[in-house]
Amino acid sequence: MAEKVLMKGNEAIAEAAIRAGCMHYFGYPITPQTEIAAYMAKRMPKIGGVFLQAESEIAAINMVYGVAGTGFRVMTSSSSPGISLKGEGISYLAGADLPALIVNVQRGGPGLGGIQPSQSDYFQATRGLGHGDFHLIVMAPASVQEMADMTAKCFDLSDKYRVPAMILADGTLGQMMEPVVLPEPTEYKPDKPWAVTGTNCERKHNIINSLYLKPEELEKTNFERFERYKAIEENEPLWEEFMMDDAEICVAAFGIAARVSKNAIMAAREKGIKVGMIRPITLWPFPKKPFKAAADKCKAFISVELSMGQMIEDVQLATECKVPVTLCNRAGGMIPSPEEVLEAIERAAGGNK
Amino acid sequence: MATTQILIAGFGGQGVLFAGKCIAYKGLEEGKQLSWLPSYGPEMRGGTANCSVIISDTPVGSPIVSTPDVLTAMNLPSLDKYEDATAKGGKIFVDSSLIDRKVNRTDVDAYYIPATKLANDAGFPTLANMIMMGKMIKEAGFVSMDGMKEALSHVISAKRADMLDINLKAIEIGYNYEG
Amino acid sequence: MAVVFQKPKALTDAPLHYCPGCTHGIIHRLVAEAIDELGIEGKTVGVAPVGCSVMAYDYFACDMVEAAHGRAPAVATGLKRALPENIIFTYQGDGDLASIGMAETVHAATRNENITVIFVNNAIYGMTGGQMAPTSLPGQVTQTSPYGRDTATVGFPIRVSEMLSTLDGPEFIQRVAVNNVKNINAAKKAIKKAFQNQVEGKGFSLVEVVSTCPTNWGLTPQKALEWVEEKMIPYYPLGVYKDRSANKEEK
Repeated sequence: MAEKVLMKGNEAIAEAAIRAGCMHYFGYPITPQTEIAAYMAKRMPKIGGVFLQAESEIAAINMVYGVAGTGFRVMTSSSSPGISLKGEGISYLAGADLPALIVNVQRGGPGLGGIQPSQSDYFQATRGLGHGDFHLIVMAPASVQEMADMTAKCFDLSDKYRVPAMILADGTLGQMMEPVVLPEPTEYKPDKPWAVTGTNCERKHNIINSLYLKPEELEKTNFERFERYKAIEENEPLWEEFMMDDAEICVAAFGIAARVSKNAIMAAREKGIKVGMIRPITLWPFPKKPFKAAADKCKAFISVELSMGQMIEDVQLATECKVPVTLCNRAGGMIPSPEEVLEAIERAAGGNK
Repeated sequence: MATTQILIAGFGGQGVLFAGKCIAYKGLEEGKQLSWLPSYGPEMRGGTANCSVIISDTPVGSPIVSTPDVLTAMNLPSLDKYEDATAKGGKIFVDSSLIDRKVNRTDVDAYYIPATKLANDAGFPTLANMIMMGKMIKEAGFVSMDGMKEALSHVISAKRADMLDINLKAIEIGYNYEG
Repeated sequence: MAVVFQKPKALTDAPLHYCPGCTHGIIHRLVAEAIDELGIEGKTVGVAPVGCSVMAYDYFACDMVEAAHGRAPAVATGLKRALPENIIFTYQGDGDLASIGMAETVHAATRNENITVIFVNNAIYGMTGGQMAPTSLPGQVTQTSPYGRDTATVGFPIRVSEMLSTLDGPEFIQRVAVNNVKNINAAKKAIKKAFQNQVEGKGFSLVEVVSTCPTNWGLTPQKALEWVEEKMIPYYPLGVYKDRSANKEEK
């Protein structure tokens, strides 16, 4: 087995990206994700890759757009306010069907907000990262190991479906160190007949584009893209079930909130409360199936979030509002403590007796 | 031992993150589950800094230490802030050259180490953090001293290899400190 | 029968959509001729802007990318970094390059990004129907400056070539016009040099082409050309603003 090393989550993403064959990184400094840029700045020149600190988040995402058009693997990373700036470029990536990886190490908002961890960009990531009808593949790691593994996975899925992918992490996961086994390095050789690499005067020109002035043509691209989204929704949802076998109460939490919730669930189990957790790993596609199934046997759901309650809407939709879903949350950079989650579990257990 | 939650706190520049990192690497060498989480942001320059380290035999849940089993306070604000949060039966380590009050809690074990003074006397004034760490390891036993040098070699860059022995010495001073 | 005149190979057969009297067609042709003469069509990737020339991707026969408004230099940077052996050019208007995309322009220039930028300055937003541009002249009447550009409230036009030439980064900056045969010939030479520079690895080369917009200027094609001579060129003097290699040779 490969060696376990101790790394920050941000660094694990950077190293895993390189090992997935991503040789192009464009970014702009912003806390709490700057370690990704710093790591790339150090490594890329030594392995013949490209690190470029762009003049803005907007420029960075458009540089990504340029590289993505050539078929090479490419990424950018930022934190919440910077991701808002990238929104335009992400919409263009989606409209031109270009694969790319965007990492959001979230911090509290809105506005300049703060620099402490948050999950308040859930809506932005899963609903509205730009104008127009589109989705990103969104993965939510909950450990440094997953920061590395999901980076590789995002590149693969993004290439497979020609849909940009996002890692939705937070400041805690970015800054913390844990042992991690890094994926084996791979060399990525693009094989994308649509890419712009020069016609060599041997084929008709390729065009990377999202402009369709004829509405019937634009509609066609939308329908075609949503066929791919449908395939993603069928094939790619990922989740973890924790102590769900006999659970009467179901905690829904992703990322760092799921880590905190595990402590609370263990404590609640010691008190004899039958509680478990479904942890969405892909946020889009949202893992509807396990929630729908759990709704038939659990009497209450608790959505634990570092936001004012965003994923809770997906939980309500997936459970078809059959049972009450309550919110246990902190916001603005605060993290719910295991005790707060335990209280919410106890309330849910007591309330329905 | 199941899980030890460690909080090391002090001023920025005292090396609290570094001490936590050394513990984390030692835990890694011993094949334990662990997490290391720093405070981050502007307070890293001069203000208070702290880091959460969890060493466990089972997978680590929340990496945030809110109820430390082991608290190391390297300045008064840190002791004021975290003393009450410390777990019942926990251990509090105080740098008594910088903090002139005693621990008020009676349901914890308190240890007073004049680490900054010991470090100055030994000729490496910046290594009070490592002296505190030595004492923590001795009393709390979440990692062992065996193979400490190898663990340190991961944290101290090859360029500063001369610092390795000095750090090890500081840890030993703390480990052997009685009083 | 001897062919004495033909369309450059680097242009497709798609009919151009530009208004009568618009000089985009001439500039497209000059770019395509330069590509043909340098024999680089097969390895060239062009970046189209948002503006009148948005559909340039249909007209050039090389691989093309359509960029977001103003972002062409950033997109070109990505392309060039991924494909250093290829030839990358952007084709941008004044709103695209000098307003919304000014940051991308300045920073690509200061990095001396080895790309070619064709900057078409016609002092107006054409595609959206004739609004004030960053290069609209003082007093110029547009849809959004209906009483004439009032420099007291909206400031002065930006002389892009002069401004960029103050940077240490860029290799080559020249302003040309396409309002008469003499100027067209000079423009051709400048555009070819801007591509040649990239082939030779010299760096950021920008040609500002003073152009027309008879439709939105409210002038006949003939009068528009006269307006270029009488109004535009005095404010935007033609010439080489920066040529690092030439300066080196002199020294």
